[in-house]
Amino acid sequence: MQQIINFIIKNSYRLLFLLLLGISLSLTIKSHSYHRSEYVNSANAVTGTVYKKMNEANEYLSLKEKNKELASENALLKELLFNKKDTLLTSKTVFRNDLNNFNVVVAKTVKNSFNKRENYITINAGSLAGIKTDMGVVNDKGIVGLIEKTSANFSTIQSILNTKSKINAKIKNSDHFGSLVWDGKNVGFAQLIDVPRLASLRKGDSIVTGGNSDIFPENIPIGKIDKIFIDKKTNYYTINVRLFNDMTSIGYVYVIENKKRKEKQQLEVETAAPKK
Amino acid sequence: MFGYLNPYPYVLFILLYPVNSNKSVLLLSSFTLGILLDMFANSDGIHATASVILAYIRPSLFKFAFGLSYEYQTVKIADKISPERITLLLLAIFIHHFILFFFEFFRIDLIVIVLFRTLLSTLFTFTISLLIIYLIKPNKR
Repeated sequence: MQQIINFIIKNSYRLLFLLLLGISLSLTIKSHSYHRSEYVNSANAVTGTVYKKMNEANEYLSLKEKNKELASENALLKELLFNKKDTLLTSKTVFRNDLNNFNVVVAKTVKNSFNKRENYITINAGSLAGIKTDMGVVNDKGIVGLIEKTSANFSTIQSILNTKSKINAKIKNSDHFGSLVWDGKNVGFAQLIDVPRLASLRKGDSIVTGGNSDIFPENIPIGKIDKIFIDKKTNYYTINVRLFNDMTSIGYVYVIENKKRKEKQQLEVETAAPKK
Repeated sequence: MFGYLNPYPYVLFILLYPVNSNKSVLLLSSFTLGILLDMFANSDGIHATASVILAYIRPSLFKFAFGLSYEYQTVKIADKISPERITLLLLAIFIHHFILFFFEFFRIDLIVIVLFRTLLSTLFTFTISLLIIYLIKPNKR
């Protein structure tokens, strides 16, 4: 016993190092093996409050631009309202008639990151505002990401600029589906993979969210086709998509809840389950 | 900045910590600093890992840069910019950033990108660190 205590006292420095190293390494490795950041994230009260204060100061400096954006969004909405006969309002281009499936909560970004491989955005609305994990997030220009974690007053969003993110998307004209991913290189572009070779594509075609997703409503804009590659091994297209959204400046966002998501998921699980 | 250059001048705290004071306190405070950064950057322990390792190998780095007798002199990094101090700063920042980016990417096949980013960010952090040292240097007259 005496010897053990002596040993601990003699090597206390090294043991402390190993202990701290162990804690931090296990956190790191855990974050890489699970889909979500479990313990250390900015959806807690301390960091959330700090980011909120910082954002309040920043916001004041960009009031003019924000005003402009709001005005242009207003104009767009008015246009929709007044031109009810316009082709814009056909069910294929705007939100479908079943819009009442979806609840929308408005929130403000307090922290945005875009220079890493796994980028997260923190917003100032949390479970108290009815936000739950895996809800979709959009803004006026297009898609932003998915809710990853919530606390009482804050939530983190897994941005589409995250190598873990994978979102169902389609080509607007031809309705061919693919998955939207990010290769971690350029913040202006995401990649649409697994598009079948049958699809007829042209540079400049619009990419929107697809109906397979039970998170986003159909036809939310994502971006435009910029370059098309053919994967020789798999015979699928890989498409570089220029995002409509400037992911480096995200202000107000809308969190979308699909009210019928549970029902749909349950039905799919029941269908796929083997019959007895 | 530009997607590649991320300076992390908080490394200076670990390096400027007084040479002859308690090492365990340095370890603990580097860990706390790292984990705080992780919370704000949503990055799950990579800053903590890099900081703890840097704090642990700091004595060896001092020995490498200043020679064996560093413990007997009162070495102050902020004192004057000499070749030894530049070696120490560059080496320490490089090691720290390499660990940081390696754990952020966490894939062996991306090691070239990791090295590229490490090099760029090291140079950038180094420049900013020098500026900070000049700014906070006590003015002796």
